[in-house]
Amino acid sequence: MMKKRILAVFLAAAALAGSLCACGGATNQAGASSDETTDSSGGSHANEITVGISQDLDNSLDPFVTNAAGTREVMFNVFEGLVKPDSQGNFVPAVASAVDVSGDGLTYSFTLREGVVFHNGSTCTMDDVLYSFETCAATSVYSNVVAALSAIVERNVEGNVLSFTLVEPNSDFLSAVSSVYILPKDYADQATQPVGTGPFKYVSRSVQENFILEKHEAYYGEGAKLDKVTYKIYEDSTALFNALDSGSLDLVAHLTMDQVNNLSNGYQVLEGTMNLVQAIYLNNAVAPFDNELVRQAMCYAVDVDAMLNLTADGHGTRLGSSMYPAFGKYFDETLAEAYPHDAEKAKALLAQAGYPDGFRFTIKVPSNYQPHVDTAVVLAEQLKQVGITAEIQLIDWNTWLEDVYGNRNFEGTVVGFDASVLSPTALLARWVSDSSKNMIGFRDEEYDEVYAQALVTVDDAEQTALFKRCLEILSEKAANVYTQDLADFVAVSPELKGFEFYPLYVIDMSKLYFE
Amino acid sequence: MKKKGNPFLYIGGALSAVMTALILLGYFWTPYDPTAMESKKFLPPSAEHLLGTDNFGRDIFSRVLEGAGTSFFIAVCVVLIGCVFGILIGSLCGYYGGLADLILTRICDSITAFPSILLALVIISVLGNGTYNIIIALGILFIPSFARIVRSEFARVRELNYIKSAKLMGVGTGRILFSHILPNTWPVLLSAITIGFNNAILSEASMSFLGLGIQPPEASLGSMLSDSQTYLKSAPWYALGTGCAIILLILGFSLLAEGLQRESKTV
Repeated sequence: MMKKRILAVFLAAAALAGSLCACGGATNQAGASSDETTDSSGGSHANEITVGISQDLDNSLDPFVTNAAGTREVMFNVFEGLVKPDSQGNFVPAVASAVDVSGDGLTYSFTLREGVVFHNGSTCTMDDVLYSFETCAATSVYSNVVAALSAIVERNVEGNVLSFTLVEPNSDFLSAVSSVYILPKDYADQATQPVGTGPFKYVSRSVQENFILEKHEAYYGEGAKLDKVTYKIYEDSTALFNALDSGSLDLVAHLTMDQVNNLSNGYQVLEGTMNLVQAIYLNNAVAPFDNELVRQAMCYAVDVDAMLNLTADGHGTRLGSSMYPAFGKYFDETLAEAYPHDAEKAKALLAQAGYPDGFRFTIKVPSNYQPHVDTAVVLAEQLKQVGITAEIQLIDWNTWLEDVYGNRNFEGTVVGFDASVLSPTALLARWVSDSSKNMIGFRDEEYDEVYAQALVTVDDAEQTALFKRCLEILSEKAANVYTQDLADFVAVSPELKGFEFYPLYVIDMSKLYFE
Repeated sequence: MKKKGNPFLYIGGALSAVMTALILLGYFWTPYDPTAMESKKFLPPSAEHLLGTDNFGRDIFSRVLEGAGTSFFIAVCVVLIGCVFGILIGSLCGYYGGLADLILTRICDSITAFPSILLALVIISVLGNGTYNIIIALGILFIPSFARIVRSEFARVRELNYIKSAKLMGVGTGRILFSHILPNTWPVLLSAITIGFNNAILSEASMSFLGLGIQPPEASLGSMLSDSQTYLKSAPWYALGTGCAIILLILGFSLLAEGLQRESKTV
C-alpha cells in the first residue's frame, strides 16, 4: 500500500514535469512517422508545397500599403511591375514585353505585353498601367519610389507603348518601376482580396494561421510549376522548427545554424544571405543614445566576429553600415572594420560621455526571429563587459511594428531592415532627418545634404561615391551598432528543385518544381 | 498502536533540503558565471562542466542553479501572495458569511473556471513580460485555491464551542480570527502551501516554456527547457539536466507534502 503510494506520487511528479518536455519528445516520434509517409508516398505527391513562415502578413495586402519584409517576400509572387528583378539583380520585362532606354538616359519606353491577364480574369490594358502608376505615386509608403516617380516630366502613350521622360537620368528608375505593381483599375479590394498579374494568385488567408496561393493559369510567361503554395504561420520559432523537423513543411527559409545542425530529415540545406541589415538600432532621440560618444562606445564594445561564431558558427557577413553585399558597388566592406572590438576604448568613451559606470537600457526584440533573439543575448553579454546592462525584452511582431516602429517607443532593438527595391535609396532614404520611416530619429545635416545631392547626381560613379559617403556618415556617427547580414539557411524538401536566392528579401515560388 | 515511520516525510524532507540548499548556494555561488559565454558550445557533461554547456557555451549546471533559484523565488512569492490574500478573503468570508461571502466565493469560482494558464496568459499580455509580472499573474491565480480552503476551515471552526465561549467572553474579532481560528487551520494550510508551491513552479515553467516568462539571458527552468528543445538531438544533456532538476524539485516537495499530511493525521 505504502509502496504503491510512493510510486504514484513519483509518477505524478514525473508526469507533470514530463508534460513540459512533451513538445521536445514529440519531435522524435513525429519525425519517425513522417519518414514513413515520405517513403510510402514516393514521387506521387500532389504538386503543391507547404512553406513555413515566422510571421503573419500585414493586415492590408494592398501592395502600396504593406510595409513588412515578410509580406513582400510572399506577395512578390502575386504582383508584378512592368519589369521585375531576377535572381541576378537585373530587371527583366514582365507586364511590359520590352523596355527601351534612350541614349541620354532620359526616356524610358515600355511596350505593354499582349495578353496579360489579371487574377480576376480581366485583361491588362494601358488604362490599368496608368492607374497603377498614379495610385502608386499618390499612395505608396515607399518614399524613394514616390520620389523617383515624381521626377517624371512627361508621360506619353502611343498605342501600346508607354514612355516616360525624366527630369534627369536616374540609374534607379527601373527599380522604382519594378515596384509599381500593376493592378486592375478601380478595383477597391486590394487590401483583402489582392489581384495582380504574378505567377501565383491569392486564394485565402486565415489570420495567424495560413496564407494560400494558387497557380495563375492564365499567366503569360513560363508561369508557376507548382499548383498551390500554402504558407503556414508559426509565430514561435521553436514551433516552426519542430514542424519542419517533423517533415510537415516543404520549405522554410531564414533558419539559424543551430537549427540546421539539428535538422534530421534529410532536407537539402542551401546557404545564402538574408539581404538584411541587422543591427542594434538605437533610438538616437533618447538619452543616453542621443550622445554620439555613447553610440560609438557601444560599437567598440560589440565583438561581431565573436557573435557570429557563437550564433552561426561564423556564417554571416559583417556590415558596418546600412548596406549589404548583394548591392555590389555600393557596399563598402571597409566600414565593417571601422569599430574594431576594443573594450578599453569603449569604457574610455563612456567615461568621456559622462557614464563612467555604464548605464542600463532595454533591447526590445521580436520573439519570432530566433537569429535576432540570439544576437541580442550575445550582445547583452558583450555589453556587460564594459558596464552597460542591456535588459532584453521579447515582444511579439505586431507589438514591435506598432510600438517600436510606429510609436518609436524603444531604446534599442535588434532587427534587420531589407531593401524594398533593388536601389540604395531603399536602404538609405529612411535615415534622412524628416523621413517618416526614420525609426531611430537619426539627425545629421551632412547626411541629408549628401543624400539629396546623390539623388540628383547624373553621373553614375559620382552618385555611387555620394551614396557611399552616406554610408560613411552613418558609420562615423555610429547611428546604430551595425552587426551583420545574416547567413540565410533554407531547408528545402529533397525532391523540390529550383530554389534561387535573390538579392532582395523575396522567395520566388514560380521557380520551384518537383523532380 | 505502534507508530509507523513516515518515509514520505524523510525522503521528501531530504530531497527538498538538498534542492533548497543547492538553490540557496546558487544565489551566492555558481561554478561559472551563468551568462558568461566562455567555454566551447555544446560540451557534453564532464568534470569541468557537470551538465555540459549550451548553445552559447554557457555552463548548464550554473544556469540550472540560477534557473532553479529564479523558479524558486517566483514560486515563493506566488504562494506568499496567494496565501496572504487567500487567508484574508477566506477568513472574513468564512467567519462572517452572508452576501459578501457569496459574492467573493462566486468570484473565486469564476477565476478557477478558467484554465489557469490561459488566464495567466491574459494577465501577462496586459501587464507585459517579466519576472515581477509573472509573480503578479500567478499570484492572482493562486488566491482562490487558498481562499477556499481557509474559508471552509473558518466556517467549520466558528461553530465550535470554544469560539462561542471566546465570543461570550468578549474577545475581539481580530483576535478570534487570527489567534484562535487561524492556528487550527494550519495542518490543512500547510499541505495547501506545499502543493501550491509545486503548482507555482510548474506554472512558471510552463509560462517560460511558452516564451512568456522571464526574459533571456536570465534563466529559469522553464525557459531553459524551452531553449533546449532545438538541441534535443545534438545536445540531449541540455534538456535532460534541466528536466531532471524540475522533476527532483517537484518530487521533493510532493513527497514532503504527502508526508506532512500523514503526520498531521496520525497526530
